Amino acid sequence: MRIARALILLLLMALPAQAERVVAGLSQARVSITTDFSGSEILVFGAVKREAPAPEGADLNVVVTVAGPSEPTTVRRKDRRAGIWVNADMQDIGPAPTFYSVATSAPLSEILSPETDRKHRISIRRAIRGVGVTDNNYIDALIRIREDEGLYQISDRAVTLQQDTLFRAGIALPANLTEGAYATRIFLLRGGDVIDRYDTVIVVRKVGLERALYTLAYDQPLIYGILSLAIAIIAGWAASAVFRYFQP
Amino acid sequence: MQIYLPIAEVSVNAFLLLGLGGLVGILSGMFGVGGGFLMTPLMFFIGIPPAVAVATGANQIVASSFSGVLAHLRRRTVDLRMGVVLLIGGLIGAGFGVYIFNLLREMGQVDLLVRLCYVLFLGVIGALMFVESLRALQKSRSGKRPARKKHNWVHGLPLKVRFRTSGLYISVIPPLLVGLLVGVLAAVMGVGGGFIMVPAMIYILGMPTKVVVGTSLFQIIFVTGFTTVLHAATNHTVDMVLAVLMLIGGVVGAQIGTRIGVRMKAEQLRILLALMVLLVCGKLALELLIEPAELYSIGSDG
Repeated sequence: MRIARALILLLLMALPAQAERVVAGLSQARVSITTDFSGSEILVFGAVKREAPAPEGADLNVVVTVAGPSEPTTVRRKDRRAGIWVNADMQDIGPAPTFYSVATSAPLSEILSPETDRKHRISIRRAIRGVGVTDNNYIDALIRIREDEGLYQISDRAVTLQQDTLFRAGIALPANLTEGAYATRIFLLRGGDVIDRYDTVIVVRKVGLERALYTLAYDQPLIYGILSLAIAIIAGWAASAVFRYFQP
Repeated sequence: MQIYLPIAEVSVNAFLLLGLGGLVGILSGMFGVGGGFLMTPLMFFIGIPPAVAVATGANQIVASSFSGVLAHLRRRTVDLRMGVVLLIGGLIGAGFGVYIFNLLREMGQVDLLVRLCYVLFLGVIGALMFVESLRALQKSRSGKRPARKKHNWVHGLPLKVRFRTSGLYISVIPPLLVGLLVGVLAAVMGVGGGFIMVPAMIYILGMPTKVVVGTSLFQIIFVTGFTTVLHAATNHTVDMVLAVLMLIGGVVGAQIGTRIGVRMKAEQLRILLALMVLLVCGKLALELLIEPAELYSIGSDG
């Protein structure tokens, strides 16, 4: 009975999504990290496809999220013990994205209901699941620190929406990127609810020298270590030889 | 010019790294210290993850120490025999130190212990050295030549060996013990140990300051070289691009530092080293005493 009711509910929710659909593309689906990589700007663009005229009432809004690979994260807190500041407590946050960017066409709190946010995990706070975390201070601290580092971004009105049909948004990827698949989601919102979403992936990958060194370091760690040592010794010798040449 | 580091996974300014490497290289060549105590916090500051900073720092120190040692070898200011004896003690001590470190880690709060260790050791060594070298400087100004060869308990032990470069005829037991102690501390504190080694050679073994610098660098090469390979093989935390950028600065700096060191008086060199030790000690002590602006920090492992 419950399942049947849920199914009907789901069907009712899915119906309006049929009326308006989102189609989108990326200016680039691959980001190559080269030695001189200093960040990248990706353009997300798209349009709203309609079979019928746009419904009256609630405004149409677009939200774009880009999430980097998740990593298990721990937050530590310092406290004064016997007069000195030491790491006193720690809290396991669980998997948290290493990068998370939200771009919206209007302030998130005005266009997204808390229930929808919980369901789709759109805001930064929801993107970090924090299962079993009782003290919210730790998650707030994680968001604060990563926001300062530019790894978590929330850009209100960064999505330009034209005539409720065409939209585009520039997502700035910082230089401090981790390798991996960056899940990109585009949400179409009306009256606080998601009416359609489009999922795609931006692949961030090291190339060239970066790739070669990274692979060597993990596949042949001993050779890599000895090679590092050899470079150090040769550099030390070379500097000494050069200086002797100029200053006998 | 921004460079992306493949292991650290951050983008940094190449010239900044060259400059930092150069600065630490000069200190290394002048004082015979590896510079890890200075380099590692500087790398944290520009956003390199701590584990990568420690391992790559060791790699950079190999280069600048090697560069420095070559310069000292030509001036015959390296006591190779003494260096080998210290090194044997040092490697045994380092093995023992790693064991202690793991034991402490199981008990928790190893970070705090390491910091307290630093403050205590640097404070005591720095203060003693400062007072001693100030006195020596005043004495040399007043014209009296200080008696260098003092006889203490060190000279009464068996197994005597002649260390010609240092002008010493002493037992191998004290240098072995000094090496052992420094090895333990180096492993626990995560540094090459030049900071403790240099004063120990001057005050306990009675070696002349000029020889001390080259000999200390000689044994640092092996300790940090060993550390580099160990970190690379087990933790994958040596960043070759980062290391190369810093060691280019480092090897040039070490050559310059050696030349500055040779022109200076031994007492002046010791006073400067003492001041630097006290400075680092003060900075670490303040970090423990002053309330940090951000109480929280992020660790990536569970």
